[in-house]
Amino acid sequence: MSQSKVLSPIPGVFYRRPSPDEDVYVNEGDAVSAGQVIGLVEVMKSYFEIKAEVDGVIESFAFENEDSIDAGQEIAVINVK
Amino acid sequence: MIHVINPGLETTVQDTGRIGFYEVGMPPSGAMDKYSYTAGNLLVGNNESAASLEITYLGPELEFQEDTIIAVTGGEIPPKINGESVPMWEALEIKAGDKLSFDFVKQGARVYLAVAGGIDVPEIMNSRSTYTLCGIGGLNGGKLQVNDKLEVGNEKIRDVKPGTRIADHLIPSFDKHHEIRVVLGLCSYRLTEESKDRFFSIDWKVTPEANRVGYRFKGERLNFVEREQPFGAGSNPSNVVDLGYPIGSIQVPDGVEPIALLNDAVTGGGYATIATIISADLNKLGQVKTNETVRFVSVDIDEALAARNEVKEKLAEIKQNLSK
Repeated sequence: MSQSKVLSPIPGVFYRRPSPDEDVYVNEGDAVSAGQVIGLVEVMKSYFEIKAEVDGVIESFAFENEDSIDAGQEIAVINVK
Repeated sequence: MIHVINPGLETTVQDTGRIGFYEVGMPPSGAMDKYSYTAGNLLVGNNESAASLEITYLGPELEFQEDTIIAVTGGEIPPKINGESVPMWEALEIKAGDKLSFDFVKQGARVYLAVAGGIDVPEIMNSRSTYTLCGIGGLNGGKLQVNDKLEVGNEKIRDVKPGTRIADHLIPSFDKHHEIRVVLGLCSYRLTEESKDRFFSIDWKVTPEANRVGYRFKGERLNFVEREQPFGAGSNPSNVVDLGYPIGSIQVPDGVEPIALLNDAVTGGGYATIATIISADLNKLGQVKTNETVRFVSVDIDEALAARNEVKEKLAEIKQNLSK
């Protein structure tokens, strides 16, 4: 099985949920499809959606909600279907 | 014409800025890193004040609908033409139908896309710069959007051969830790001596609140000299009677999280400005990313002016090399 790494193109604060009182977008072990939002990065007072690039299953997240993240860092690993 | 397939995160039209209206509360906007911006215009044979695209963190995807010459300068957001990597700091030939896209940012925060002829948007108060907070200038007063069309202007004044490059020693490089020079004042007398020392002796981390308006830093609390606040000043010790804010001035509301005011910032107010970033290093600050660190270094006005002249001399050298 091949893996796809989801990288952050921008620096900022990483969020796993769309807003503080909502559930996380996805959990480890969940199936995702290409184009599906799996998190947000906040910078310059705007939110950038982080999307899965492939169909697969979330293997792991490298960051927790509200962690600070740099451009090019790996956010998550997806096991490609 | 240039078709915006994908605008990137914050891509705006910028030029040298809306100069001459500061006293009526209009900040200049304009390119954050003027050195790289100017070098880009020189590389494509433009007037130095032609409008370019300022690209922050994440590059756009653009389709050119005419033949032209372009150059990408600034930090390092590696450009690609039709999927093939192309160099920065070099005049590049574009054919109608070519697509320009970018890889992830490698260093710095912003790049400038200069197009021969410049980006043609209406001038508002003598400038094409976008001032997003007021919704004026640039294309429709804001950052680029999907499916926008950009017209190319006629600010080209000389021919530059594709492949022409900026000499290596004139290309800046950017680290993740930055030294930014400041001149102390206008209201540094409000800080305790200890806090003044601390301001210059710790690394300040750039928060996610860092954009064209200002950069906010995290470090430690700074303390102000106790006093009875004068008439007209706010009640917080970080308040003074309102004053004009120099561009690049640093204020510390309530003593926490210093803010450096930049090209799109408010022009005056009632916070003590403890130091002002020198003009030469405003270019550098424009290339500092969120999560990176800054150490402020105190210089006097003579050193600041010498640094400004150094930038001018480098641009003069670029101009001379290109006219050979």
